[in-house]
Amino acid sequence: MSEDTKPARPGGASPDTAEAPSAPGTTAKAPTGRRIPLPKPSSVLLSLCSAALGLLVWIGLTKSGIEDLPGPWAVAKRGAELVEDGTLFDDMGASLRRVLTGYLLGVALAIPVGFAMGWYPIVRRLIDPWIQFFRMVPPLAIIPLAILTMGIDEKPKVFVIFLAAFLSSVVSTYQGVVSVDSTLVNAARVLGAKDRQVFIGVVVPASTPFILVGMRIGLGASWATVVAAELIAAQSGLGFRMQQAQLYYDLPTIFVQLIAIGAIGLVMDRLLLLAERRLTGWQERR
Amino acid sequence: MPTISFTEVSRDFALKTGEFHALDRVSLDIHDGEFITVVGPSGCGKSTLMNIAAGLLDATGGTVTVDGEPVHGPSPERGVIFQQYALFPWMTVRKNVEFGLRIAGVGRRERAKTALRIIDLVGLGDFADALPKTLSGGMKQRCAIARAYAVDPKVLLMDEPFGALDALTRVQMQDSLLETWNRDRRTVMFITHDVDEAVYLANRVVVMAARPGRIHRVIPVDLPYPRTEKMRLSAEFADLRREVWNAVYHQPASSERTTP
Repeated sequence: MSEDTKPARPGGASPDTAEAPSAPGTTAKAPTGRRIPLPKPSSVLLSLCSAALGLLVWIGLTKSGIEDLPGPWAVAKRGAELVEDGTLFDDMGASLRRVLTGYLLGVALAIPVGFAMGWYPIVRRLIDPWIQFFRMVPPLAIIPLAILTMGIDEKPKVFVIFLAAFLSSVVSTYQGVVSVDSTLVNAARVLGAKDRQVFIGVVVPASTPFILVGMRIGLGASWATVVAAELIAAQSGLGFRMQQAQLYYDLPTIFVQLIAIGAIGLVMDRLLLLAERRLTGWQERR
Repeated sequence: MPTISFTEVSRDFALKTGEFHALDRVSLDIHDGEFITVVGPSGCGKSTLMNIAAGLLDATGGTVTVDGEPVHGPSPERGVIFQQYALFPWMTVRKNVEFGLRIAGVGRRERAKTALRIIDLVGLGDFADALPKTLSGGMKQRCAIARAYAVDPKVLLMDEPFGALDALTRVQMQDSLLETWNRDRRTVMFITHDVDEAVYLANRVVVMAARPGRIHRVIPVDLPYPRTEKMRLSAEFADLRREVWNAVYHQPASSERTTP
């Protein structure tokens, strides 16, 4: 009775290999959408080429005579100094601490609030207008108010990051809950699941892809916000160091900070992307 | 005593354009161990009727009983198979099949044993640890059938379960289903829009009409089980097929019935 199982078995008994490349023609149909294959040189080589290209553009810009633009060498030297005397890592630590505190608090509140909004229409009606309103106010615009009401220490910065992370995660969480396929909910109910079991067993896992996308957007927003907040009001952090360097006309330091900001942002995004792949690999991508 | 009994079941939907009578006083008795297929043009309310039996939808009038018990909400006693498979995509085949057992509080070992036995039965033995996305349509539906069987329901309600499958797979699925049904003679209510399928599977074919949704004719199929390919190509089958076809496609002009 298993005749129809043959066409979809791409190469032996293990279905987990279904996505692995298989010779065209041996598979009747691929279970997931596949990109058009391009000739593929090794990705390491490509990354190196990309880095070299960037450096060339940079050197070109320096040579073209833009006033005081430091070249890669000067920036690397300054970077080594900042690493050696510890300021770079201290600054990174200060910025990261703020971001992670605000971000984790924001996400931790956004997920339950988002679930409540998705699950109970009344909660959604009550909260949604405010969320939409605050989404239109850039978190940085809150800084003057936050400094006046919370003082000049860590609190206003963490609060602004918290707000940035909360707003982007809460919207995607409740979108995730409301877009859970009702057939899945029905399938659970006809197997005897009660509301609580439907929620935990179906709604939560089905909305994780949405939540993770929101968390990624939230992290990007938080990181952007912390640097800007430090430019305005801080005594430590990458943004603060940059602002100091501006006062002393220290362009290499500004470059070091810029590269550090970009690199850290990229690493954090990749980490979340990895987590997302891990947790939502079950999705049927079209 | 009939297993599933519809008595004067009505369902109205309030639309902007006015009331829509999806079902108008439908009465039908499905007996223990019977295989009933329901066919009809789209909009005749066949899926609505099944959803009411499943407890996913409330009737606006009349009653449905299963084994004499009135239906209020869904219950694992009534297994439901959906056209869109409705497998939990984050669970492997085995976890999907175990879902109902877990809800029922069956212990881990017992759960695994039952699940594997049923997965083997539907021919997915090699795919117990596969995710749904790696399965073909036919295999997904086998998994969904296994999931429904795992909790050992009294009746099976199937809503166009093979509607999304290609013709060849569909015929294979029909034979597998009949094979399983022949073994345990569980009561089945099977919705389809395929006249061939309706005749091939059923003890009785219920033909519905639309606007308002109602039962037009009930046609008994006097072909013995097990049904075979030979039977599918026989003259008797062709006659029955024609009879059902005419009942579905040449219905008297639809008119809102006047209330007596």
